[in-house]
Amino acid sequence: MTKVSVDGKIIDVPADYTLLQACEEAGAEIPRFCFHERLSIAGNCRMCLIEVKGGPPKPQASCAMSVRDLRPGPNGEPPAMFTNTPMVKKAREGVMEFLLINHPLDCPICDQGGECDLQDQAMAFGVDSSRYGESKRAVEDKYIGPLVKTSMNRCIHCTRCVRFTAEVAGTGDMGAIGRGEDMEITTYLESAMESELQGNVTDLCPVGALLPAPQSFRARSWELQKTQSIDVMDAVGSAIRIDTRGREVMRILPRINEAVNEEWISDKTRQIVDGLRTQRLDRPYLRENGRLRAATWQEAFAAIAAKVKAAPPDKIGAIVGDLASVEEIYALKNLMRAIGTPNIDCRQDGSKLHPKFGRASYLFNASIAGIDDADALLIVGSNPRREAPVLNARIRKRWLRGNFPIGVIGEQADLTYAYRYIGAGLESLDPAAVKPPESCKKPMLLIGQGALARADGAAVLARAMDVAKAGRAIAGDWNGFSVLHTAASRVGALDLGFAPAEGGIDALAMARGGVDVLFNLGADEIEIASGAFVIYQGSHGDLGAHRADVILPGAAYTEKSGTFVNTEGRVQLGERAAFPPGAAREDWAILRALSDALGCKLPFNSLNALRVALYRDYPHFAMIDQIAPGAKFESMDGLAASADKTPFKSAVSDFYLTNPIARASAVMAECSALALGRARQAAE
Amino acid sequence: MSVRRLAEKQPATFAFTPENEAWARLEIAKYPDGRQASAVIPLLWRAMAQHDYWLPKAAIEKVADMLGMPHIRALEIATFYSMFNLEPVGKYCVQLCGTTPCMLRGAQDIAAVCKERIGEQRHVSADGLFAWAEVECLGACCNAPMVQINDDYYEDLTPENFRTLLDDLAAGRPAKKGSQIQRISSEPEPGKGPTLLDPALYDGSLVGAFNQRVAESIAASKQAKN
Repeated sequence: MTKVSVDGKIIDVPADYTLLQACEEAGAEIPRFCFHERLSIAGNCRMCLIEVKGGPPKPQASCAMSVRDLRPGPNGEPPAMFTNTPMVKKAREGVMEFLLINHPLDCPICDQGGECDLQDQAMAFGVDSSRYGESKRAVEDKYIGPLVKTSMNRCIHCTRCVRFTAEVAGTGDMGAIGRGEDMEITTYLESAMESELQGNVTDLCPVGALLPAPQSFRARSWELQKTQSIDVMDAVGSAIRIDTRGREVMRILPRINEAVNEEWISDKTRQIVDGLRTQRLDRPYLRENGRLRAATWQEAFAAIAAKVKAAPPDKIGAIVGDLASVEEIYALKNLMRAIGTPNIDCRQDGSKLHPKFGRASYLFNASIAGIDDADALLIVGSNPRREAPVLNARIRKRWLRGNFPIGVIGEQADLTYAYRYIGAGLESLDPAAVKPPESCKKPMLLIGQGALARADGAAVLARAMDVAKAGRAIAGDWNGFSVLHTAASRVGALDLGFAPAEGGIDALAMARGGVDVLFNLGADEIEIASGAFVIYQGSHGDLGAHRADVILPGAAYTEKSGTFVNTEGRVQLGERAAFPPGAAREDWAILRALSDALGCKLPFNSLNALRVALYRDYPHFAMIDQIAPGAKFESMDGLAASADKTPFKSAVSDFYLTNPIARASAVMAECSALALGRARQAAE
Repeated sequence: MSVRRLAEKQPATFAFTPENEAWARLEIAKYPDGRQASAVIPLLWRAMAQHDYWLPKAAIEKVADMLGMPHIRALEIATFYSMFNLEPVGKYCVQLCGTTPCMLRGAQDIAAVCKERIGEQRHVSADGLFAWAEVECLGACCNAPMVQINDDYYEDLTPENFRTLLDDLAAGRPAKKGSQIQRISSEPEPGKGPTLLDPALYDGSLVGAFNQRVAESIAASKQAKN
């Protein structure tokens, strides 16, 4: 620790802090454009100039100088910095004047207006009029992909976007061509960016040069209602902010959550907004003579009640999809228990994870932040780049720090970091062959649904556990056995025990015709054979709704307050930002009303009453934003034998189209087509 | 300088000749593992020399692939340095130094010859032989004015001897490299004798002479006012 004085206030900071960090520590605000906590230091905007004593006698870029570079005063006083002297003000005004020389005065028509760093700082350091008589620089706008609209006249060359794609996203999509006055930010010959995290450059851009294209000219930041919520596009549970105007969701932005997503979100999380408006189920439907017709809630409930009463309880089943919140799964589980069926399942992909193996057997036990501490990684049957891009960026961040050997068993894909390819299938998953180096203290084993959603999934799980134990990934306090889920609802549903009980059949068996009445709560990735009477409750008209005999319109994740448990077992609460369209209702309320019609009324009349019951039955759901400690493994003895040599395939083949909301989105469809075209080109 | 873009007409492919390929491997091997990208400038330059002194898109991609770097990184470098020509430059690429010493010694007259003989800057002449551009200092100030044509310097130019030089090159006649007068390297001009022989240069009497001159002129102007 080093003592420094900031504006006369003496503070103690680590010697590797930059002057900017030290000033912030002391409570002084430093304006900046190019500096960003999570990117490398560029030092090219010069906005963060401060005055230092014990350093060069000139305004100093505080982001690019560290505290240890300062000399103490002549009598041993701590080095002094000043952030509010006339010299600092004049220096920053000079920088601002230079920045504004070529920046167009189009704030009134710029979408960044109102949340623009340059606008805000020009209020503090800008002069009232221009002294520049010459022509302004004009730059051609670039095409850099369907998600980011460019307006390059506004660019101030902070290079945050370049550093983001090179460092965090790892694709190196963007660059600065030319030099001096002719420098231009672009992608290689205006090709579309390839990263699944590219949307983040619009958040990083301190001016209006890079803006989210789908939201172009649609809303002003100050007229939006902001709601904090949780993302459900993957099982990472990124913290998001949903911005709405009236009933309509206008955009989704990341929130900072160091434990989960830092401050990034994937493009799917950000840009499925248009999918929330299209293909919506806004009234109940009933299939009559092979055709769906609009019905009332009473008609729909009566039709369901008739079928449920006619069927024996063990011929009734329920499947939960990927986007359901804990509340409605809990309600559905209670309803199924009241009906008396053991056929419940949340694993529509056929995954063999089961609560009976213990909670630790289906959690990302190392935790997402724990990736930073790990010192070796084995990826089994997963492509984290497609299944959880934000988590993949975390792996890359750890890999960039060095000393992080990575091995892959499964698909050989571009993961944005180098790895050793070990093999394709189960035969490579050999405890003796894939041991991490002896020096590793915290090795991790990441296993994806691609390895578990197969007939011998339980055997693969048991074998992976053996490998983890042999490789010291499960030893003492450290548990590096990490299951990467792809469905936001999965861990919550497994925590609730929403898996076939003794004598019950699983989702695949139910879909193949094992039941007469099937209750489908938003499962759209599973083909249901004809024959059964299917009740589909969900928000979008997708595969599940097409096959349904009764459709009950539910709420999408932005339209309900719901609990989601992410892949590491972290319980998070999403808030309601908008209302469901038409006659659609919140899902727990539909199930509560249906239970009344079936004659087995659920004992709660409000969401609060439901949560009281939920927290009573499962206390860990009350630990919001935390991971309940003490997850344990149960015995998996006798499961490890399997001779299936089929290669592991990632559970996600098309990142952009993994759920009904994304499939309803035109923006996602365009991204998917682009990615497909790239894949074809690469294959040639 | 102006905005630099890749040429509109591009060859479909680019490959190093076997010799250049071997040379490139050696060049890459100079750098430690993981730092291969450091070889990007030599490789781009060799690619350009092999390809009529201009860099096609295929060559930029080829070099980037050889060094395992994203294409945009190689493009950044190719567009940053004016020494990389991105468009065809004819058989002889004339780079005319226009920086202060050459300018004082008549670079503008040489530019006028270029304009008259070749045409506008950065355009290949009608016969496909020449293209010219004004560049920053090429570091041969003592023999100013000068031009660089492909890999060689031609110095001590006058409009007359520069015209002859261009004619010789166009006709395929051998042209004298370096100084176009009888000067050898950067020795004093023939007939002007050795310079820097004044003993006053070495006895310390000139140190501070500038300050003294300034003081004298201030005093003189004060006197004039009075």
